[in-house]
Amino acid sequence: MTDMTASHAALEPSRSDKFRQRTVPLILFAVVLLVIPLFNPSRSMVTLLNHMGITIVFALSYNMLLGRAGLLSFGHAVYMGLGGYFAVHVMNWIAEGTGIWGSVPMFSMPAFGFGAGALAGAVIGWPSCRRAGTPFAMISLGVAELVAAAGFMFDSLFGGEMGISGDRMNGPELFGLSLGPVDEVYWFIAFWTFIGVLGTYAFTRTPLGKLSEATRDNPERVEFVGYSPQRVRYLVFIFAGAFAGMAGGMSAVQDEIFTPENLSLIPSGAILIATYVGGIRYFTGPIMGAIVMTYMGSNLSDYTAGWLLYLGLMFVCVVMFLPDGIAGIVYGTADTIRQGRAGEMWRTWMLRLMGLALVGAAIITIVEVAFRWSDGYGEVFEPFGLQLTVENPLTWVIGILSLVLGILALRRAAKGGGK
Amino acid sequence: MTLALELKDLRKSFGPAKIIQGVNLQIEKGERHAIIGPNGAGKSTLFNLISGRFFPSSGEVKLNGEVISGKRPFEINRMGLSRSFQVSNIFTNMTVRENVRCGVLYSMGYGMSFWRNIGNLKEVSQKTAQILDEVGLLDKANLPAASLPYADQRTLEIAITIAGGAEVILLDEPTAGMSHSETDRAVALIEKASQGKTLLIVEHDMGVVFGMADRISVLVYGEIIATGTPEEIRGDAKVREAYLGEDAQALEGVA
Amino acid sequence: METLVFALLNGAIYGLLLFMLSSGLTLIFSMMGVLNFAHASFYMLGAYLAFTITEGTSFWIALFLAPVLVGGVGMLVERYGLRKVHAQGHVAELLFTFGLAYLIDELVKIFWGRTAVNYRVPEILDFPLFTLYGAQYPAYRIFILFVAAFMLVALWYLLKKTRAGLIIQAALSHPHMVGSLGHNVPLIFMTVFGAGCALAGLAGVIGGNYFVTDPAMAVQMGPIVFVVVVVGGLGSLEGAFIAAMLIGLLQTSAISINASLADIFGFIGLGADTELGEITIASMAPMLPFLLLVLILMIRPRGLMGDREV
Repeated sequence: MTDMTASHAALEPSRSDKFRQRTVPLILFAVVLLVIPLFNPSRSMVTLLNHMGITIVFALSYNMLLGRAGLLSFGHAVYMGLGGYFAVHVMNWIAEGTGIWGSVPMFSMPAFGFGAGALAGAVIGWPSCRRAGTPFAMISLGVAELVAAAGFMFDSLFGGEMGISGDRMNGPELFGLSLGPVDEVYWFIAFWTFIGVLGTYAFTRTPLGKLSEATRDNPERVEFVGYSPQRVRYLVFIFAGAFAGMAGGMSAVQDEIFTPENLSLIPSGAILIATYVGGIRYFTGPIMGAIVMTYMGSNLSDYTAGWLLYLGLMFVCVVMFLPDGIAGIVYGTADTIRQGRAGEMWRTWMLRLMGLALVGAAIITIVEVAFRWSDGYGEVFEPFGLQLTVENPLTWVIGILSLVLGILALRRAAKGGGK
Repeated sequence: MTLALELKDLRKSFGPAKIIQGVNLQIEKGERHAIIGPNGAGKSTLFNLISGRFFPSSGEVKLNGEVISGKRPFEINRMGLSRSFQVSNIFTNMTVRENVRCGVLYSMGYGMSFWRNIGNLKEVSQKTAQILDEVGLLDKANLPAASLPYADQRTLEIAITIAGGAEVILLDEPTAGMSHSETDRAVALIEKASQGKTLLIVEHDMGVVFGMADRISVLVYGEIIATGTPEEIRGDAKVREAYLGEDAQALEGVA
Repeated sequence: METLVFALLNGAIYGLLLFMLSSGLTLIFSMMGVLNFAHASFYMLGAYLAFTITEGTSFWIALFLAPVLVGGVGMLVERYGLRKVHAQGHVAELLFTFGLAYLIDELVKIFWGRTAVNYRVPEILDFPLFTLYGAQYPAYRIFILFVAAFMLVALWYLLKKTRAGLIIQAALSHPHMVGSLGHNVPLIFMTVFGAGCALAGLAGVIGGNYFVTDPAMAVQMGPIVFVVVVVGGLGSLEGAFIAAMLIGLLQTSAISINASLADIFGFIGLGADTELGEITIASMAPMLPFLLLVLILMIRPRGLMGDREV
């Protein structure tokens, strides 16, 4: 046998590797969070950033299930919602200021959400974590419907359709933040987003985190190395619920309201799409997905009524052609450049971009024309001064021709063409 | 002396098909015991019954005197019995090192802890490195398990099995599909890894079986027709009958 | 008595519609392992297509043409979408159909608008068939009953008495074996997926004018159909039938019960003025299927008739 300490040292990533791969990105992330306010973002921009932060934590918690444990949930918003509702209730108790609640700072709401989310995960996870795969997905859907329906029924807990609102400007201040103006809320969100990222990342480094990956890969083998896959899934589920609840607590302070709608399938579906489009195989994937989707959600929806259709199309395309999502593209490109094959990649990328642009233009033309036609208000889609109506043959020339050309270019690129 | 493993009138049927029809077997501590038999004799089913993958229809299995039949695989594993699989059953999306580490974790008492950084668990890292070294996969430690060539995947399968330090080890055709030199290496590895432990092995390669086993049991149609030392088995008339033709020559070949 | 009979009749109709949806889902699931998340969207598509065809021609043409069209769309989806995703595993397939549901919902909004369309019961069936306890019973409901019963018999005949049915049955329990026996499994998959979608489309044709044809109908129906499939036992047609009838009856009869929880649980001290006590059984009706789901999962994880545990 060779010298054991030597082999051991060679096996583990070196200290500098660890620093470069783990600590530096976290520091960079913190720096970005600190630097953003220096650019004097507008109020609406800060609100958008705050929502990004909330979605980042929510998406990371979701990926603990989907990416790490291989559990597809259609009802993850339940845990964010319950965590958020609890936080709103606590906010109202703080406002009343009776007993111990008078001394609870508003800043700590995500911690309350964390606890409530964990509890909800512990209760609901018990019957739902027996199996993975499709049965788990179906159960999560049923549970989500049940909780959302209950949400509309128990007014004292969930406030009926109007929901329950709170006021964040109560209780003792922490770090000198009154949490009144949105830019003060920014610091609150930034702090907890960093905690969320740190926490979910640390979780991947624990024995339980590693076992959840093992259970995803091969639940049967896990049983033969001494672990119960059900138990592993259940524990991971509780943590995912807890971090979702934490995002709920962040949202409670930012938006000061929770409605039963927050528990429903709609936000659950949205976080599934954001996480998957970001890339579930990478830790940073959900972060990218959360940023892109929150941005698109707030901006595209102003431009076009068809934004949900674009979202659906994008999601289906990612599932079919890009299962590694945005992160897959980013890291794939970075790898290629590092391997010195940038030139080769460059040409494929140009072809791919051209294809994407053509297909995109075609789809946008068709969808936008179709939307205006279906509205029946006589509006006309006028990109670059063109009058594209259903009757105008130019519409269909642009639509079909660029679709065909675009697909051809993409197929060529997929075959590694462009050389 | 308590037996490491004892099977008492073990039976298993799938619907009308009786796969295991009353197997009795006693394996002493430290023994290397091989199970041979023609295809479809129920060898893998027997392993699945012992390791808890299937529940027996009747009969019982005792590990160190304690009844384990009816327990779940992870419970049996925690009691000190570990098994490998005929078809490599590894964690394909993890690295080789992470695979072995999964096997090591429970035995080191870390269970499903979520408050420790796995990178800081020195004993776990050392034990993992030691196992990797022992099986000769140290230089491939950081490769994705799915990228290993076939023989290395088989080795990794064994590595995961022995990683937990179980006292009783079940290996299901560890050398299946290997070349001669690969088989020799695997046999050396198995002999080293099973030192001082109880080994139950299913194997088709008669050379491996007769070279390694202290005792051999022959399973035919779900029944053990003979148990004994390699010499006894080689001379047994019933065994020769069961191994007509090609395989009978295989028996001769290792004489 | 009066409410009971009406509840039973309406429950049976609703249950049969549910079965029409869940039978397709069960067939697809047990053969391909795919839980078609977009199944209820095909149901919606059936209703909308029937509306358009009825506008142009007649309801009777729609009754046949719309399911065929929906089935065709289903086959195209299988051939050019699902089959590509198949290699990535069941979760990817499920995600694909999830995205597809999104797409179909949005496309329906483009073509037919965001509000309900005026898809009505054909005039020839728009009359009270008989009078029960002084209340008139619409003929169309009995028509639904007949169509559903006809479909049930046809499905049973197809599965039990024809060669194609034998292959499908074999593929239900041993999908790999069927491939080994030389059958064209991709073709079988495509056909079964199409047939399942066509069944959903048929349910849409006869259900769309019984309920309302609007863009929300898929979202409302989808989760309940999943409940039926899980409660009945994954992959079991018999189970799906029993569960569909059970949920149909449960939900329709719950709507007609005006008693509150306080009336029922008053004996353990639940007051009528408390929030829990005020809830009526009728208002709980939409929750009941999901309550049943959770109960079943805790008591009998494999579902009523399933052989595989959930």
